[in-house]
Formats: sequence, C-alpha cells, structure tokens
Amino acid sequence: MSIETRTPKPVDAERKLPAPLVNPENQAFFDATARGTLLVGTCHACGELHYYPRALCPYCFSDRTEWIAAKGTGTIYSYSTLHRGVPVPYTIAYVTLDEGITMMTNLVDFAPGSLRIGQSVRVLFRETEGGIKVPVFTPV
Amino acid sequence: MSLNGKAYIVGAYEHPTRKAPDKSVAQLHAESARGAMLDAGLTKNDIDGYFCAGDAPGLGPFSMVDYMGLKVRHVDSTDTGGSSYLIHVAHAAAAIAAGKCNVALITLAGRPRSEGSSGTQARNYGAAAPDAGFEFSYGLATANGYGMVAMRHMHEYGTTSEQLAWIKVAASHHAQHNPHAMLRDVVTVEEVLASPLIADPLHRLDCCVVSDGGGALIVARPEIARSLKRPLVKIRGAGEAVKGQMGGKVDLTYSGAAWSGPAAFAEAGVTPADIQYASIYDSFTITVLMQIEDLGFCKKGEGGKFVADGNLISGQGKLPFNTDGGGLCNNHPANRGGMTKVIEAVRQLRGEAHPKVQVPNCRLALAQGTGGQLGSRHGSATLIMERE
Ligand SMILES: [Zn+2]
Repeated sequence: MSIETRTPKPVDAERKLPAPLVNPENQAFFDATARGTLLVGTCHACGELHYYPRALCPYCFSDRTEWIAAKGTGTIYSYSTLHRGVPVPYTIAYVTLDEGITMMTNLVDFAPGSLRIGQSVRVLFRETEGGIKVPVFTPV
Repeated sequence: MSLNGKAYIVGAYEHPTRKAPDKSVAQLHAESARGAMLDAGLTKNDIDGYFCAGDAPGLGPFSMVDYMGLKVRHVDSTDTGGSSYLIHVAHAAAAIAAGKCNVALITLAGRPRSEGSSGTQARNYGAAAPDAGFEFSYGLATANGYGMVAMRHMHEYGTTSEQLAWIKVAASHHAQHNPHAMLRDVVTVEEVLASPLIADPLHRLDCCVVSDGGGALIVARPEIARSLKRPLVKIRGAGEAVKGQMGGKVDLTYSGAAWSGPAAFAEAGVTPADIQYASIYDSFTITVLMQIEDLGFCKKGEGGKFVADGNLISGQGKLPFNTDGGGLCNNHPANRGGMTKVIEAVRQLRGEAHPKVQVPNCRLALAQGTGGQLGSRHGSATLIMERE
C-alpha cells in the first residue's frame, strides 16, 4: 500500500520521545526546559546568537557566552515525516527561531498534510522517557 | 605541496559478497586487502602503510595490522564516515610524498545487512557527542535527515520527485550489467514514485541498499606503480571538508562538496567539464543531486533538470555516473559508500568497467564521497584521478 493513500497517524499522541543525552555542559539547558524555557547561546564578545548553546562561542571562540531565553516562536525551515521502520510516524524539523538561529526539533499537534516550509510555529515542552522535557514545536 | 602526480592507485578490489552472516568483519577486511594485493601484483610484505576508518573492528589499525600480520611504518585512521576512504587515498598520497611510506593499503568492510541495520534507525553517538543532547530525542535517523535536505531543495528550487527518481533510474540501467549488484532490475520513474514513502519526500527507491561487503585500495609511489603490470591511475587532486550546522546558521541547500570540490579541481588543474566519468556518493538520490550541483557540473538549483531524462546514464547522457550501479543498486558495504566510489572510478580509468557501461577512452575521472548526514553534519571528499 502506498503511504500517500493512507491517512497518517497523529505524530505526537503515541510516540514517547527518547530521553535526551545529558552531559555536564548541556545540563542547564534541560534545567531550563523543566521551567518551560528554551535557551539559546549568546556571546558578549561578538554579539552573535548560536544554537545549540555551548561554552565557547562557535563564531569568535570567546568564553564570554551566556545562555538566554528565546521567545519560543519561529518558522519551519524544513521537515520530514518518517513513515517506515518506526512504531509511530514522527516528524523531524529545523525551525528558524524569530531570533534568527535554526534548531533541530520535532513538529507535533498538526493536521496530516498541513505542514509547509515557512509556516509559523511555537514551542511546547514535551516530556521524554524518564521525565526530562525537550522543546518541540507546533503550528500557531 | 601539491599531491598531483605524487602517487598512483595500483590495486582495487570490491568484495563480491552482499550478505556475509558466516564471516567476521576482520575477515572481510582481510579478504578485500588480499584481493587488492592480487590485483596490483603486490604481496603483504610490500605494504608499509595502513589506512582504515571506524568500520575496522576492535582498535582499528591496531587490531587490523595485527590480524593481517602487517608490518607498517605509517598508519592513519581518519574517520569521516563514508567519505573516509577518499580522504585515505589523499592522505596516503601525502604520506608517500613525505616519505612516510611507499605502498599504502586502505580497507573497508562491514555487515550491516546481517546485523539488521537500517536507515530509519536513530543514530546514537553517546552523551559525550556535543550535539547529541539537542538531537537524539528527536529521532534523527539517516532517511529523515536526508528527507529534510530534499524537502528544502524542492522548496528553494522547485526540484521534483520525478527528477530525483531519474537518479535511481540511471543507477538501475548500470546495475543490470553488474552480476554482483543487489538490485539488477531496470526501474522507471513511475516505479520509484510508486514505492513506499520512507521519509518525506524520499521513497524507498530513493534510498540506497543495505549490504554486507568490503573493498580495498592500494596506493603507491610512482616508481613502484610503473614497475607493476597494471594501467597507471594517477592521483591528480583531492579536497576534503566538514560541514555542519554552523552554530545555528543551518543551510541545507549545499553540502561540503562545495568546499572539497573546488580544492580538488584546483589541485588537479582541471574543470568539471573535463571530467569524463564521475562516481558520486548515492546514499539517497538527493545526495547525488546536491553534490552534482556543489561540484559545479551544473548551477546550484539546476540539478533536477541536469539529472533528468537519462543524463547520468553511460552512453546516453553527459555525465556517466556510478556505472557499477552505485549504492542505490549495487552495494553499500558497512553503510559507507566512499570505497566503492573510488573502485568503480579506477575500473573506468583502466578500461575495466563492464563493456556496456565503459566510458570510451576514459582518461579523467572524479570520485565524490560524503559521510555522516547532509541533514546535520558530514564529511565531504573529492578525488580526481587520471589514466596516464
Ligand atoms: Zn562570539
């Protein structure tokens, strides 16, 4: 049966996201997601934002970085729904935040076939296996 | 220092197996190595340099040098995924030019088919991978990463699924002549589009095969190459690059080939128009299209038109590619296609490709590899070779 002719299942309802791989550098990111905050990296030396956030600025290599809260809104840069080889189809995406940087994420809570590149989305925080929350996005 | 003319590919061997549940990975490496030695007319004792990547079992060069009973004075285990073996050829040429070895052996082997590997499985490189915390939960597999790349290309340039399908069609035209190819049936654009959707917008027939197998190459200094009885395949130029998410300035519209390609062409002193045959890494159809644009065979965004209507089919089109059937139809050993890309280019330059797909008087060939994920971060390697 061709996938195009079958109705895709909703992505979010049945799929439990795997726990993120936490290490000493990224722990603060997940402390923030627990509070409902999406952190991005900023650099006080060159002024550039970066993602994923890290200790040293990937542009100027300064250590004067700080992780700051993003607004949590943006647009879809690209996406792809994985239909095969998985128990429940899910949609991976890059979302360009209104701050101008692009992050990998999942898209959830959308009507099948309704996604478009450039579409406005906003962040949600979805619990993974073990309880840590990660940012995902849904159409506005 | 330029690598141009500093070394020659004197041995090349593709393991004929496509499913090897009864062989070890080390054995497949060694059988491939032996095949390349026999092809070159060299023995194990001639080898004084050894190159392998992450597919080598155990502790890479330690385990394999010991297993094969080699005594070498130079090792290199550069790992850029599927592009590693093109980089190994370039690094071998550099090592030879620097006097670090005379005869370098490069091996690859793996059994992803026997081990149940699939491009729909999320990759887990462990919590220490700096990107893993921000990606693993989202289920970045291989197919959906390339799906995002294809989706964006379609959005930016109007590329269609039909155009991508032509890449598979061309590969299948070549694979019909390869008795070792996993998929030997010629397919049509319609059949590609009718195959199940794996990761939007990529169908099953947009994806490469999963196969067991291996391959090996031997690179030698010019005096040694001339002493052997094989056609001379000279290394003219090479380039390598790593491209990722660039701190959040993600741009999926081009690959690292946009950097490794110009470096290789500059070193070789040739242009894309001079290339008579190209092996182009084909993990997915979109992988080919992206690299063809980035290497300058056509303008950015015009790859869809370029690959359509059989333009990649040997004897029909302007750019004969992957005449062994490539990863799309023939073989993708260890889920790393760079080795077989070089091997088929060597066959073409020697005039030893299948007569039905042999490019007449093929003197200048290119091999292009990517490793990792065009959708997140990847290595790219370009190699230009000449029949002397
Ligand atoms: Zn900075």
